[in-house]
Amino acid sequence: MSGRVLVGVKRVIDYAVKIRVKPDNSSVVTDGVKHSMNPFCEIAVEEAVKLKEKKLIKEVVAVSCGPQQAQETIRTALAMGADRGIHVEVTGKDYETLGPLQVSKIMAALAKKEDAQLVILGKQAIDDDCNQTGQMTAALLDWPQGTFASEVSFDGDKIKVVREIDGGLETIKIKTPAVVTADLRLNTPRYATLPNIMKAKKKKIANVKPADLGVDLTSRLEVVRVDEPPQRQAGVKVETVDDLVGKLKEAGTV
Amino acid sequence: MWRRLSTGVITMLFSKVLKASVRSGIRLQSSSAAAATASHSSQSAGIGFSFELTEQQREFQQLARRFAREEIVPAAPAYDRSGEYPVPIIKKAWELGLMNGHIPQEYGGMGLSIFDNCLITEELAYGCTGVQTAIEANSLGQMPVIIAGSEAQKRKYLGRMAEEPLMCAYCVTEPGAGSDVAGLKTRAVKMGDEYVVNGQKMWITNGGKANWYFLLARTNPDPKCPTSKAFTGFIVDADTPGIQVGRKEMNMGQRCSDTRGITFEDVRIPKENVLITEGAGFKIAMGAFDNTRPPVAAGATGLAQRALDEATNYALERKTFGKVIAEHQAVSFLLAEMAMKVELARMAYQRSAWEVDQGRRNTYYASIAKAFAGDIANQVASDAVQVFGGNGFNSEYPVEKLMRDAKIYQIYEGTAQIQRLIIAREHLGRFKK
Repeated sequence: MSGRVLVGVKRVIDYAVKIRVKPDNSSVVTDGVKHSMNPFCEIAVEEAVKLKEKKLIKEVVAVSCGPQQAQETIRTALAMGADRGIHVEVTGKDYETLGPLQVSKIMAALAKKEDAQLVILGKQAIDDDCNQTGQMTAALLDWPQGTFASEVSFDGDKIKVVREIDGGLETIKIKTPAVVTADLRLNTPRYATLPNIMKAKKKKIANVKPADLGVDLTSRLEVVRVDEPPQRQAGVKVETVDDLVGKLKEAGTV
Repeated sequence: MWRRLSTGVITMLFSKVLKASVRSGIRLQSSSAAAATASHSSQSAGIGFSFELTEQQREFQQLARRFAREEIVPAAPAYDRSGEYPVPIIKKAWELGLMNGHIPQEYGGMGLSIFDNCLITEELAYGCTGVQTAIEANSLGQMPVIIAGSEAQKRKYLGRMAEEPLMCAYCVTEPGAGSDVAGLKTRAVKMGDEYVVNGQKMWITNGGKANWYFLLARTNPDPKCPTSKAFTGFIVDADTPGIQVGRKEMNMGQRCSDTRGITFEDVRIPKENVLITEGAGFKIAMGAFDNTRPPVAAGATGLAQRALDEATNYALERKTFGKVIAEHQAVSFLLAEMAMKVELARMAYQRSAWEVDQGRRNTYYASIAKAFAGDIANQVASDAVQVFGGNGFNSEYPVEKLMRDAKIYQIYEGTAQIQRLIIAREHLGRFKK
């Protein structure tokens, strides 16, 4: 086994920022807005670095798809302990329509090219909440998947994944190579230390184009309209239960 | 789509937001929007002058900011109440490389420029200036060794700071001599291969926690001997017999910082621990300030920024006379003036840090930065309490602590009055032929 882990990291609008919709309702305002690494991607990087520290894997490669700024996100991953980065250049219209289908094709192609033993992704991105890329990547590669992982351990040549599911926790054993997606409680991402931030500058980020990987970026989706959620309406206070039932009947909900 | 977050994400984000009791949204948005546009635009368009940070500087700043918001801000009120030394926070800061930034790389430090150090200092001070002062006192104690130490001294005393989270202290002030350094009474008498030191030091930050001290003592007893030759700088191990550490002083603000009186009774210091040579001490002690005043100014700026952010958030929530108080001109003008002061203090410390990093004597700029930042920190903190009204006076709200913490910035590292003496001297010196 190559002992190489691919970690996907996505550059998203920072979680603390108040999102605004563009006046033409075409999309969300991203210009001049603070961006950072998707929180679930941070957890994914942390897990990969932890596995390397336990000497269970040999190399952590951080991957990000997007324009020039995606390199900042890769640098953050390098500062956390990833060994090298791959920046898949996607710009302009292609970037606007970049979604899980395209990214999973890219990740699958890279996983094969880099002979990866494991692909770790965040379970979802906080901007589109798709929760699809990990699953699609596994399907394209025909690899097993351990999604919503809250615990990952190596068991011989298999990986034991404890998954957070609606009913509680499910433990599965999957063969490698495999795809794992990180859930909230998998770990607490470390701060990049100052020395590591400086060391990260020397680590390599390779530039790759989707065409080099033979990936077609055409989107099958068209975003028709983006709207803010409706303003929360004020409620009405009622005195008695009868009043409440009366009002509900009036509103036609009972 | 973007607003509908899964419960897991909500919990995580909520706990993140809760942990940082200051809603960092407003400040983060404004400064990082600028950073975002800066990264899009070309480098300074060739006009030579630039306010832009390098990518690495921005990453350092981000790390320090995150650390301060997540680790320092939530813990600060408890440390202020108890006065307990913030060991866990200091240890974590050391592990992340946020401490000892001045130590050159060959001795295991980060070897950061004064400017980079200031960026980090401002962010940490935003969290709590008590914690930040405990960390900064290390820089002050180390500076004489960094600028005047021999290879062996640097290796021994700076090296150990990079290997473990140790503290050190700058031991100059006495009960009878603060601003008037020439009036120091602590005596060091040469006896064979040692110096025997007797005297009293006071208000020593990290006094009770230091592993070693930079000590300034009088070696030439002749009152006619010029100041530039009468004093000697020593490095003293804190466990040397004869050193008595006084009680922890209870101060108005920065209460978790450890400040003590130290008594030296027949303390023997080997001659290897003299910095440069006997009689060179005064210049070393003063030379350190050109490097440490910019970070102190940065600390005061961090406090002022915190006060401004807290006051602004409050002003956008509190309602009186039918609208949020920020919409009343009296309050918005207060906030505007606070903003002016914070921005100018930042520019002042950045200039003074940049000057010394260019290899130039920055005394003029360093004093201006320290004097201005210290003064405005007090004004802004006091104004913040005013914006909060009755709530501001109360210990359940964060601003009264800021007002108490701010006062010392007009006193330590050269009083506001001493800074003015220095600025006047430097300024007039430029006019004299």
